Amino acid sequence: MYPRPLFQNKALQDQLTEPAAQHECKVNHPALPSFQQRIILHVDLNCFYAQAECFRRPELRDKPVVVGGDEEARHGIVLAKNMIAKGFGIKTGEALWQARQKCPGLVSVRADYRHYQRIAQAARAIYYDYSDRVEPFGLDECWIDVTGSAELFGGGQRAGRFIAEEISERSKSELGMSVSVGVSWNKVFAKFGSDYKKPDGITHITPDNYQDLVWAAPASELLYIGPATTRKLADAGIFSIGDVAGASAKLMRGKLGKIGAMLQVFARGEDASLVRVMDQDKRDVSYGIKSIGNSMTAPHDLRGEADVKALVYLLSESVAQRLRESRLKAQTITAYIRHADLHSYHRQKQLLLPSFLTGEIAAAAYDIVCENEDLSRETSFRSLGVRASNLISMWDPTQTNLFVAEPARIAYEDLEFSIDDLRRRYGNKVVMRGCELHSSRMSRKDIKADNTIHPVGFLRS
Amino acid sequence: MKGTNHRQKSYVEVITRTDCEGIVHPLEVIWDDGRHFEISRVLECRQAAALKVGGRGLRYLVDVCGKETYLFFEDPRWFVEEIIYSNAAHTL
Repeated sequence: MYPRPLFQNKALQDQLTEPAAQHECKVNHPALPSFQQRIILHVDLNCFYAQAECFRRPELRDKPVVVGGDEEARHGIVLAKNMIAKGFGIKTGEALWQARQKCPGLVSVRADYRHYQRIAQAARAIYYDYSDRVEPFGLDECWIDVTGSAELFGGGQRAGRFIAEEISERSKSELGMSVSVGVSWNKVFAKFGSDYKKPDGITHITPDNYQDLVWAAPASELLYIGPATTRKLADAGIFSIGDVAGASAKLMRGKLGKIGAMLQVFARGEDASLVRVMDQDKRDVSYGIKSIGNSMTAPHDLRGEADVKALVYLLSESVAQRLRESRLKAQTITAYIRHADLHSYHRQKQLLLPSFLTGEIAAAAYDIVCENEDLSRETSFRSLGVRASNLISMWDPTQTNLFVAEPARIAYEDLEFSIDDLRRRYGNKVVMRGCELHSSRMSRKDIKADNTIHPVGFLRS
Repeated sequence: MKGTNHRQKSYVEVITRTDCEGIVHPLEVIWDDGRHFEISRVLECRQAAALKVGGRGLRYLVDVCGKETYLFFEDPRWFVEEIIYSNAAHTL
């Protein structure tokens, strides 16, 4: 191999080679309970999409930049903005035309999700150099439990800071991206720490300083306290995280129910939840799958049976194909319907037999739409979604139905797997149903390939 | 006197040798005008970002004609941070 520096972080190398410094970094709090001796990092890639675009195109670095969806496909909202655009008061989620009004020279870049996935993957490869416990929280954030590798970095809580510094340096030099890192003994405070100093900050929250740093902050800064909870807490005179920690358990439970007790545990730094060990290759999708769904805002408002049917079938193709890839069958199908006036709702239906067949899933979803909507040309729809839930393994034994011809279903299942094989080799559009070709703009969309997995909630089971 | 204006990302052809361990050794860079530049030594190889021109990958610090320069392997292509002089031809 070519010469490669042993330590990425020169300062760390110097400190570790000094015997006195090594001695000083031993465990600070031997009396702490074991979960408080954990070292957990939360790493957040700052303004991720915008930073990735600015790095790729150096000429944009001194300009206000937002990354937005496709305006022609009516996805024209701000997905991310750089620090300069932030200075103009541009907010994530607002329409691109509103953002342009606030900042006339604004550069809007189309999102390139695959590029961001590659960077996130490279970032995670760096994290995996320090621990096998790397839990992604969305594309740009990760928790890393480095308790086991702390001894390699001098041991004790200070090792967490060293590792954070090294990750920060390596992100800059290897990816060209700045990160902010929070270091603490639990996931909630680590996340708080990474939000505390942005961009490019490292915040170490220790048992000595958490009351000054965390407790003094407004309650809304705590994970899981959103605007509605903030309002409820304010009614009870609870404004800071310290107030949440010190409030009576009865009051919290009375105001917020079970969540109230959980928030108190968070605020007191007693959250003992583990950083999950994930399959490094699967990354985002290695959670137990509870449902598989796709939805799409159509490029034009959908009117009439043929239009609606085309989209329902396109979505169902993707859902069924993903079910088969995960070796799952669904028992419940849910359709999501959104009208042009933005009124939306969900309805669901049980399948007669667990299935991953595109035809059965699409038929069930289309039935739901027909039962709830008048598909004459008066009603127009903005978006539709199909979701398969109540999942079982495709190898689980199931009760067959006397009135369903099982040999025909088995033949269909074989056919679906053959089609999947063709699609794997030649692309998802190689075999399509006639009804999906109704609108050329829509049929060009490869819903499965464009499918993205969004952050999974902190409280998932 | 040549004035440096800026650098730009330029993809180049590279002749390489892959050893039994799978390690890729760049041997020669072929410039877009057909000139060949022999790499006499690889001094370092590490993951790095090309901060000046945007891009990232395996960064080789190579010795070409007695001068050290960076050569990036952005799988599967290779690029250099080309110096654009205000009044001169391309230079590595």
